[in-house]
Amino acid sequence: MEPQTLLRLVLCGSVDDGKSTLLGRLLHDTGSIPEDQLAALVRDSRRFGSQGDATDLALLTDGLQAEREQGITIDVAYRFFGTRRRRFIVADAPGHEQYTRNMVTGASTADAAVILVDATRGVLTQTRRHSFLVSLLGVRHLVLAVNKMDAVGWSRAAFDAIAAEFDELARRLAIPEHTAIPLSALTGGHVVHRSAEAPWNGGPTLLELLESLPVDEQRAARQPFRMPVQWVSRPDPGFRGYAGLVVSGAVGPGDRVRVSPSGRESQIARIVTMDGDQAQASAGQSVVLTLSDHIDVSRGDMLSAVTAPPDVADQFECALVWMGDEPMLPGRSYLLKIGARTVGAVVSDLKHAVDVHSFDPVPAKTLNLNEVGICNLTTDEPIAFDPYGQNRDTGGFILIDRLSDATVGAGMLRFALNRAHNIPWQPVDIDKSARADVKGQKPAVLWFTGLSGSGKSTLANAVERRLFALGRHTYLLDGDNLRHGLNKDLGFTEADRVENIRRAAEVARLMVDAGLVVLAAFISPFRAERRAARQRFAPGEFMEVFVDAPLAIAEDRDPKGLYKKARAGSLRNFTGVDSPYETPEAPELRVDTEASSVAQAVDQILERMRDLGLL
Amino acid sequence: MTPPHAASTSPGLSHLERLEAESIGIFREIAAECERPVLLYSIGKDSAVLLHLARRAFHPAKPPFPLLHVDTGWKFREMIAFRDQTARELGLELIVHTNPEGIRAGVGPFTHGSALHTQIMKTDALKQALEAGGFDAAFGGARRDEEASRAKERVVSLRTTNHGWDPKRQRPELWRLYNTRKRPGESLRVFPLSNWTELDVWRYVRWRAVPVVPLYFAAPRPVVQREGAWIMVDDDRIPLRTGEAPETRTVRFRTLGDWPLTGAVESQAQTLDAVIAEMEAATVSERQGRFIDRDESGSMEKKKRNGYF
Repeated sequence: MEPQTLLRLVLCGSVDDGKSTLLGRLLHDTGSIPEDQLAALVRDSRRFGSQGDATDLALLTDGLQAEREQGITIDVAYRFFGTRRRRFIVADAPGHEQYTRNMVTGASTADAAVILVDATRGVLTQTRRHSFLVSLLGVRHLVLAVNKMDAVGWSRAAFDAIAAEFDELARRLAIPEHTAIPLSALTGGHVVHRSAEAPWNGGPTLLELLESLPVDEQRAARQPFRMPVQWVSRPDPGFRGYAGLVVSGAVGPGDRVRVSPSGRESQIARIVTMDGDQAQASAGQSVVLTLSDHIDVSRGDMLSAVTAPPDVADQFECALVWMGDEPMLPGRSYLLKIGARTVGAVVSDLKHAVDVHSFDPVPAKTLNLNEVGICNLTTDEPIAFDPYGQNRDTGGFILIDRLSDATVGAGMLRFALNRAHNIPWQPVDIDKSARADVKGQKPAVLWFTGLSGSGKSTLANAVERRLFALGRHTYLLDGDNLRHGLNKDLGFTEADRVENIRRAAEVARLMVDAGLVVLAAFISPFRAERRAARQRFAPGEFMEVFVDAPLAIAEDRDPKGLYKKARAGSLRNFTGVDSPYETPEAPELRVDTEASSVAQAVDQILERMRDLGLL
Repeated sequence: MTPPHAASTSPGLSHLERLEAESIGIFREIAAECERPVLLYSIGKDSAVLLHLARRAFHPAKPPFPLLHVDTGWKFREMIAFRDQTARELGLELIVHTNPEGIRAGVGPFTHGSALHTQIMKTDALKQALEAGGFDAAFGGARRDEEASRAKERVVSLRTTNHGWDPKRQRPELWRLYNTRKRPGESLRVFPLSNWTELDVWRYVRWRAVPVVPLYFAAPRPVVQREGAWIMVDDDRIPLRTGEAPETRTVRFRTLGDWPLTGAVESQAQTLDAVIAEMEAATVSERQGRFIDRDESGSMEKKKRNGYF
């Protein structure tokens, strides 16, 4: 007997479409439900069921208590069943719009998707949304399960009309393969067993179709070889192996491979397993490879075929599904994980959001939970990748929020932006240390952060006078002054404030590169942006000075009359009033402007600069 | 409409190969990204497969983490012997922890009832051992097919500083990308067998010749019948009821835990093939033999919120 294969499936639809009932039907009619669970089901049907005294198959698959009580599915559940030919893992994804992230999660690993529609209602906007999302996630085969055919008397005309509409939808989304199947989850007709009521339907039952669909690895096997290195194995000085999962293609000993992003090349020596060496490693297998020479390979690198290596870039266009409770902010630095690599990344430009029902672009400044957008993305370091459409494993990434550690985005790389290719880094002979030497100083940035009216500009100005008197080459970058020129196009929304700080940090970095001591005075209220600013500099170059004044004191000073305006409601998004200030957790120095005079504060700052070797 | 796809000529990897590769990938990812992982080794078939996969993941090196057994003091003697032999033969570090307060108070299932016993000797003991070892990630053999609330568990499950499980804070898991970040004091539970079923585990044991405790195979054993299940008399701590006398029956276990809480089934399956054949024809789930899940629907979810594995 041929070994069983494994098909991963995502099931999309809402409670009203009969999704849980269909899944319950598949499990039940393939004999996958043990008797004791069936007995519990009969018991629970009386307590929670919606089918009167009849057994409610939907209860088999509604897991968490909260869901049972509310009668909805709020998370992805994974279900298992099998036939002689195949094992199935079903991601049971909730249908409502507020659970888009869960559906996307389920679709990301699926070989095929089953989308349910109610035959009495036909293709609805949510069918369009489900189809869009699974096609966005690169699911190759879409099955439209036209449910509740018993309610329309198994009408061929009703089914054909829905199938024709679905054809049009699939064409518009360029879905590679699709099939529509009439069925009834309630009666079981055409799910596992044929229905005698629809003699006109000569097509396969749902189960027959699912048993015959190809799995992704068969397709991946024909793609060029790719393996992200997860783990470098060095049990003894004589052995150095690279462990990872072959995500596409195949390799054998003697094959030339390239290491990306470094671009170095080598040759496969052995494929090591616990059962002895293998002659080939192919898509879907976890292996350990050794190379014939000692080139530098680390976790996060990608091994590939030399004839068809992946692209390496640091600027991309991508599609992004937002999964965070906080909105996505262009300019904010997130962590990006792709393959076995994690790097800093910024959405440099949100081109537009996508209406998930009409598939039309819509203008947007941020992405909220469950929204989809097309973005330009910049990573801190170049990464190896393939377009997602060619390879899910080397083109799909997640974004992680640096503060909450939550997974906030799922992205699909489309292509590298040509800018990175066409503008190589121009090497120059005179560098930062040469310029600093000639000035006899250590370049650095003093980053003053605090509420409006805390005394940042006053202090920065006084410190600059002292440094100037000491013969230092300095420059003061003031938030307000920058907004008259470079940043005059920016307002005070959260997104604009993030961009304001990004530009300020970039300018400060250029000046530090020029050998200057830069004094930067910006409210810079968000930790994430201060952290991102710090990361633009070499270790030891960035000194964060928290200019601490209680809100009441700062508001009392109100040197520019801004608090008054904010309280009167004529100034929006004002820090401390209707926009938050996130206190620094570990600044190099905290200056208490209530307790210290300006002269004392300047002394503290210069002393700290000496401690840090900046003076 | 496109016609249904013809069955492919090259079937690709078998489902066991695909599951094995995924599990190995999970082991490597956690070992690379966490500081101090540990493998929760509970001696049963799932732990046996888990350990085997860990060895495969890091071969030719040894797995870069110790094994931890939370010993309630009520495991079958054959399990303890198997545990010690396995660790010795493989040359792996084995940490055994029993809740010292539980020992002092003489906690056991007969005297304190299964719920309290499980809380003190299993859940609390696990927390103690994880904290004592400073472990930031613990591999466990739980599978999504075991129970309804497990079906929604992530492969990498974030636990609070109190080891609690908050279903709302669990992270979406896309592709093969796992987010292993956590704050100080938080930890991860990692389930490499998430996508395996009980039958997959047995077929894998056969395919890869994974050693398992002999209690899984039928043999004549001394048992008494309690609440419709056969309880093996593994030592003399069982308080026999009036008129109750152990009898010898040919039984085996589908699942192994504390002997007073684990029901045996009558069976003639003495080999792996026979066990798998029995499993394929089985009509009840394995957890039926476990008393801790029976109380009411949703009982596992409550235990997990309180820190049960």
